[in-house]
Amino acid sequence: MTVKQEMARRTRRSFLTGGAAALLGASAWEWLRTRREDDGEPWPLRLGLRADEQISRDFFSEARLARTFKTAEAQAPKPNGKVGLDDPVPADWSLTLEGFVNSGDDVTVTMDQIHALPKTELVAELKCIEGWRTVVHWGGVRFRDFAERFGDGPFSRNAYIGMETPDGEYYVGLDLPSAMHPQTILAYEMNGAPLTAEHGAPLRLAIPVKYGIKNIKRIGKITYATARPRDYWAEDGYDWYAGF
Amino acid sequence: MERIEAKHPRAIRWFHWINFPILLLMIWSGMLIYWAHDVYRVGVGRFTLFHFFPQWLYSAFHFKFRLAEGMAWHFVFMWLFAINGVAYVLYTAISGEWRYLVPNRNSLREAIQVTLHDLHLSKTAPPPRKFNGAQQIAYSSIIVMGAGSLITGLAIWKSVSLGWLTAMLGGYEMARLEHFALTIGYVAFFFVHIAQVARAGWNNLRAMITGYEVVTVEEPKAAEESA
Repeated sequence: MTVKQEMARRTRRSFLTGGAAALLGASAWEWLRTRREDDGEPWPLRLGLRADEQISRDFFSEARLARTFKTAEAQAPKPNGKVGLDDPVPADWSLTLEGFVNSGDDVTVTMDQIHALPKTELVAELKCIEGWRTVVHWGGVRFRDFAERFGDGPFSRNAYIGMETPDGEYYVGLDLPSAMHPQTILAYEMNGAPLTAEHGAPLRLAIPVKYGIKNIKRIGKITYATARPRDYWAEDGYDWYAGF
Repeated sequence: MERIEAKHPRAIRWFHWINFPILLLMIWSGMLIYWAHDVYRVGVGRFTLFHFFPQWLYSAFHFKFRLAEGMAWHFVFMWLFAINGVAYVLYTAISGEWRYLVPNRNSLREAIQVTLHDLHLSKTAPPPRKFNGAQQIAYSSIIVMGAGSLITGLAIWKSVSLGWLTAMLGGYEMARLEHFALTIGYVAFFFVHIAQVARAGWNNLRAMITGYEVVTVEEPKAAEESA
């Protein structure tokens, strides 16, 4: 066989292998993107996000704190997200707790009771899932302090916290370790002033270990649950965990 | 006389060709993510020379309003990108192929010479080795960039759990900018790479597909054979 013939044979063989590999890759892509959707994503991708969550939770530590800033660096964040804020702030607002006490009864908490808890201030980044971040100065109570005051512990690390607006239009789910993180705050102040309606008055969540989508405004109900609570944006294709 | 010689090992060819669609997918999903907050530009003060990216580009490739989809693909295929890259580095390290790839003290001088030659400013031909100095620098840099994408990506993804890494890179926004700049680097690399491959010709490209190249060797003299 001449050099030319031998090279032609090798080239043919390589192109057959390469063509088969390319076809396999293209089929895999086509297969992936046409799978049945699980909350807005093809189920294999949803499975991938769940695997990412497991890995994240293995490495997540409540001792690892989000970066904090000087008060002077705080700015007003873009008030993204109006879901659940259509009605005026209810004058008779109170917070309902579900599943927090052993008797199984709901607990109602007023703003005065929340103000009576030790106040925590935090200047941290609010990171929107769109990609921007703003340093915000929050004032409120640690969720951890709040849960210990109004709930019967101990709380299981495998449990979840669900939160929703009074009208139930916006809702988030949190893994318990993230909710109990020392920088997770039920905030009633932003940048030194009481929360405005568009930023979630009278009480909202500031949770720097999660994307902005989890920082729910105008909380009406908080649930302690053993199953993953529903989550507004996770139902629309986003990662349920959404944590840093 | 022409002879067939082995050039690129099978493993390296596979790593190379597998990386191409994976990186393409990472850039595509990255664009779906970037669109949601497309703040980068080249300019001074209020003057913008170029905005990343013009609207026609988003429209042409249907990049708009697909943030969730982009994130899902990006955060799943990052593993394949990482695994393929790590496997390549391990292979070159263990097999000894790194000797051809890692720049040495002559690479820079040679790279300048090759560049001058390619720009028709010098007549000195590049050395006939598997990888000349310019290639050594380019192919090693692209690996360092790949590692950079993984590191800056990690710093964005786990900016609290790996907060020390994010801080080292200059903070969350800097990490995002660095991650983006590396991607622009890949695209620049791609165009130069394609131009160079086109210039080098079929024998060179075929070697990256088949593993073999045809080389010309001098004919032994007839007089010596009869002696």
